[in-house]
Amino acid sequence: MDRRTFVTSGTALSGLAAFGAFNPALAQGSGPIRIGLLTPLTGVVASGGKEIAEGFNLYWDQTGRKIGNRAVEIVVEDDSSNPDIALQKARKLTEQTKVDFLIGNLLANTGLAVAEYAKTNGIPYFIPVIAADDLTQRKRIPNVIRIAGYTASQMPRPLADYAYKKLGLRKIVTISQDYTFGHEQCGGFAQVFTELGGSIVAQHWNPLNTQDFSPYIAQIQSAAPDAVFAMETGADATRLIQQWSNFGMKGKIRLLGAQNSTDQSVIRTLGAEAEGIISSAHFAEGNDAPATQKFVAEYQAAYKKLPSIYGFSHYAAAMWLAESIKTIDGNVQDRPRFLDAVRKTVLTGSPLGRPVRLDEYGNPVYDVFIRDVVKRPDGSYWNKPIETYPNVSQFWTYKPEEYLKQPSYSRTFQGIKKA
Amino acid sequence: MNGFAKPLLVVAAVVLLALVPALMPGYFTSLATLTLIYALLAMSVDILAGYAGRTPLCHGAIFGTATYVVMYYVTTAGGNSWLALPLGLAAALAVSFIFAALAVRTSGVYFLLLTLALGMIVWGVCLRWTSVTGGENGLRGNSRPEILTDPIVFYYFVLAVGLAAAFVMWRFVQSPFGLTLKGIRESESRMRSLGYNTTQHLLIGFLFSGLMAGLSGVLYAYFNSFVSPSTVALAQSVKGLLMVIVGGVGTLFGGIVGAAVIIGLENVVSSVTERWSMVLGGLFVLTMIFAPHGIVGLLRSYLARRAGR
Repeated sequence: MDRRTFVTSGTALSGLAAFGAFNPALAQGSGPIRIGLLTPLTGVVASGGKEIAEGFNLYWDQTGRKIGNRAVEIVVEDDSSNPDIALQKARKLTEQTKVDFLIGNLLANTGLAVAEYAKTNGIPYFIPVIAADDLTQRKRIPNVIRIAGYTASQMPRPLADYAYKKLGLRKIVTISQDYTFGHEQCGGFAQVFTELGGSIVAQHWNPLNTQDFSPYIAQIQSAAPDAVFAMETGADATRLIQQWSNFGMKGKIRLLGAQNSTDQSVIRTLGAEAEGIISSAHFAEGNDAPATQKFVAEYQAAYKKLPSIYGFSHYAAAMWLAESIKTIDGNVQDRPRFLDAVRKTVLTGSPLGRPVRLDEYGNPVYDVFIRDVVKRPDGSYWNKPIETYPNVSQFWTYKPEEYLKQPSYSRTFQGIKKA
Repeated sequence: MNGFAKPLLVVAAVVLLALVPALMPGYFTSLATLTLIYALLAMSVDILAGYAGRTPLCHGAIFGTATYVVMYYVTTAGGNSWLALPLGLAAALAVSFIFAALAVRTSGVYFLLLTLALGMIVWGVCLRWTSVTGGENGLRGNSRPEILTDPIVFYYFVLAVGLAAAFVMWRFVQSPFGLTLKGIRESESRMRSLGYNTTQHLLIGFLFSGLMAGLSGVLYAYFNSFVSPSTVALAQSVKGLLMVIVGGVGTLFGGIVGAAVIIGLENVVSSVTERWSMVLGGLFVLTMIFAPHGIVGLLRSYLARRAGR
């Protein structure tokens, strides 16, 4: 090769390489399926983030990291509990690592940021923990699906029904962390409870990371309600439950919890303070169903603790993905077909032990348990189902079209029906 | 450094930057875009920290205010993306004016703390004023002008704006006015006794710096199509300042180097280990010990020593 041909062909080659002309033929049908898992391994919700990775990995470890005969490769990125970084990592996974789809995130704001990116890029994005109502309601994105997840307002509604009808409660105070996830959960509870005829006498919104709940507890005491609905996550939940008991409120005023308030991630560090708190959720680690107990035992064997909602959701989501990818022979590159397969999949083998399907808005329909925190023989506590509400969708008993006409829940709109 | 080396270095850097999309398409181009945006923020911080001797911890808030205004104007109010640019700048300028009016009479640690507090107010407002800012969840939606949709086109747009802004900032700090800022850094009382209205000079310096921070905030809105309170949080201000420190305080272009190093590390190291913040922390400590004048400062003294030999 003389110098001139070397220069011209070299230039041409590098030009080709630069514009990626060598790449596209590689991907089709062979090689591993690459999954981008975004999860907060650092930052304020790092402990939940680790459980996300644990739950997700547990499934793939059990199945040999394979779907059919295609290998599965999981690339984990830390979103640092920060939406700006989550967005940056989503870009990296999509554009550089070239994953076939994204899954994960914990905080709603990180999920919303990534969802916005998925919307412009078109990459499928699955959100087993991101509960922001509007992602499967008013601001749906076709390639964002909430497999094995739930909307914030979906879960507290059966509890409101149970509180009014079975527990005979009429006057309730809510206390919640002051951010969208809390506004939506309280909204779901308050709307159903007041429509049944109950009254919400006061709503307290505490800032995230509240150290001292005594001012709220004092106000609750003077309001003398029949019960309190508490929507707290993580360390706030631990502190509220502890202080509630320290101030001698336990046993005087009944405490109801959003599912996060009595999630394993909270009560595994607590003792008898948590006993007897009633909450509602689709997952209850104390459920006697063989599928649930099998999962709990496996999770315990792998990680030496009872599974939380984070671990469960991502385990079930991994199973959901595997089931749907099987039906299209691993052809995840065909995005419309893949998304369609995910939407059509009815998950039967999940730890819930009951089939789960998506509604037409991309949100799962569950049998929701009313759960009680009870002591296990080994001295730890878990959530035991005491009642079941079958087929609870994100729209409860409302007609979707009419429900969507009301504004999203917020601090100012709680759906409270005036008596 | 001799007379030729400097312009040559600048030309080489610009050519290299212009080649980024061709050499490293896709993700790296977006990373480079982000680096340029943060470089602009870091340089704006350096005008105050390096030249006027006033270390601010509020530039993240000014930056984020511009981002919020652009996002609100385009997504909620349905306005034009281009028109959002002057609006974002105006908002940044307005916020800077309030900050400056309150802070320029102080110096040292008081300036630092006062700007920190002012920045926290902006963060608090963004977090609590849910009806406008979307609270914790922030604002989403495509805010980028249509002709800039392509990531490569957008990169060149940011590069062009960034170079122009860098040139203006360079002229600014080299100008007689810039020298008065340096004078204030060295001794405010002496400058005052020489007849300079130092308060006014600092105010103008602050406003200019805020305007540049606002410009990078607008570009950030175009880039991300998303804003949340983390964009105006203290961490953002600190990030800008750390970039300046790593690159070299009082070197202006050190901000570009610092931004490249920190954004690079943040994204590269984090895929290797989840303890990436520890690596970053280690880097800062090492910089403070071995290169207190930052990477650019280190290079400068090295080149000066070689030239002197």
